[in-house]
Amino acid sequence: MNETTAVPRPLRIVAPVLLALAVIALWQILTDVYAVPSYLVPSPARVLETLVADRELLLRSLTVTLGIALVALLLATVFGTLTALVFVQSRWIEMSLFPYAVMLQVTPIVAIAPLIIIWVKNTWIALILCAVVVAIFPIISNTTLGLRSADPGLLNLFRLCRATRWQVLTRLRIPSALPYFFGGLRIASGLALIGAVVAEFVAGTGGSGAGLAYQILLAGFQLNIPRLFAALLLITATGVALFGVTIWVSRLALARWHESELGAAD
Amino acid sequence: MDARHREHREGFALNEIAPPVVAIRGVEKRFANGTQALAPVDLDVRHGEFVTLLGPSGCGKTTLLNLIAGLIAPSRGAIKWWGNPFSATGSLGRKLGFVFQAPTLMPWARVDANVRLPLDLAHADRAHADRAVARALDLVDLEDFARHLPRELSGGMQMRVSIARALVTSPDLLLMDEPFGALDEFTRQRLDDEISKLWAAQRLTVVFVTHSVAEAVFLSTRVAVMGARPGRVLDAIAIDEPFPRGDTFRVSTTFASYAQRLSRLVAEAGAESAERT
Repeated sequence: MNETTAVPRPLRIVAPVLLALAVIALWQILTDVYAVPSYLVPSPARVLETLVADRELLLRSLTVTLGIALVALLLATVFGTLTALVFVQSRWIEMSLFPYAVMLQVTPIVAIAPLIIIWVKNTWIALILCAVVVAIFPIISNTTLGLRSADPGLLNLFRLCRATRWQVLTRLRIPSALPYFFGGLRIASGLALIGAVVAEFVAGTGGSGAGLAYQILLAGFQLNIPRLFAALLLITATGVALFGVTIWVSRLALARWHESELGAAD
Repeated sequence: MDARHREHREGFALNEIAPPVVAIRGVEKRFANGTQALAPVDLDVRHGEFVTLLGPSGCGKTTLLNLIAGLIAPSRGAIKWWGNPFSATGSLGRKLGFVFQAPTLMPWARVDANVRLPLDLAHADRAHADRAVARALDLVDLEDFARHLPRELSGGMQMRVSIARALVTSPDLLLMDEPFGALDEFTRQRLDDEISKLWAAQRLTVVFVTHSVAEAVFLSTRVAVMGARPGRVLDAIAIDEPFPRGDTFRVSTTFASYAQRLSRLVAEAGAESAERT
């Protein structure tokens, strides 16, 4: 149907996997041949070993970070969508509030995180707040745009049928906004994880509530570079998985009708 | 129903007494940016008529149609619907159907849900709505495509869905804004045939906008020829030919002479406004 679907599906998976295998093999060979010390660059085998050996510690941290990212993503989705719904009620509301949403977005989270962590007693809640601040903007802006981009012809038709504001919202604006919303969700899923990790760095929470960021910090101090790599690998894998889930959800919701997902389900 | 039937059959005698479906008196439209879209227009649309607004682009035909639809308000002058202001049409139980230039279907909804929309918005009774949707789809020969999505249909079929949606409420006045303008000539002629049959069979009152002289002659009982800068109605010409009109009418000399007369009117108006500017 379009150029991206013209590439056969198996190749789309096989090609990047082959590349990864080649890079890992080269990495392994180079570290072996030049006998690079593992506190500088550990070999892939060494990283894997550490991942298995420290699995309990790392998985516990992963649960913490993933939990923060997921709760933050959920909150960002709920409040971002609600904000967008308020924005489209009137241009006045949007005009007065939108600059502040932008300010929230452009201020680096590392700069705000210390404040949030001081103000909010409970560290877990503080971390979630930081991640929400980072993740909410794409949801707000995309959903607002989507709610506004309903077909003008259909809007006229609804007016001719004397539809109520509520009917226009639920039967026209919200379905029209879905593709935009899912675009925002896709970006927000990555940002929620980034927000969670950055906030953990700033907070530096150890102990039982330690997330992957803390493990990275600690491993860095201890020059335990294989563990640092293992934690990094887990964060990346988590980010990719989150992204994959949002794509899957958007496909479920839109595959039937929207251009962006057409062909994906066939 | 009986009265309405008689009215239609006996034609003008009763029509002269009953208030026109739409009465446009001295209506002007000036947009916020100062553009005079419509100079004073007077036009009546009577029950059972097929009135076409014909003219070049920029002559205000879509503006006039939107005024008739109550989508925009006139800057000056007055429009009456069945002798009443627009707000009263709802309480009189009068319904308007509208077909746009594009199919304007909801891409996420199946054909039957798209057709059903006006009834859903009016909270129509479920069983009644089911029947009305089936009937409307039957009228446009799409009963086998009820469960399809718009994207699975051709442009012509999508336009027929749009027509079914306009007919589903059994409208007292059907407004069509260049509905077949984007379609190829063959599909357009076939849909013209269909809409002409529907108009006769359903005893519809139609206001149709087009810039095709041939389409205007083929479909209309009366053609309001419009000129541009400012948009105005130059003349209303009755097409006194019997229905049903078929392909033989399309190639007849009467058809050609009507077409010539309308074309000349449009051309003269064009030259006149070009001189003035």
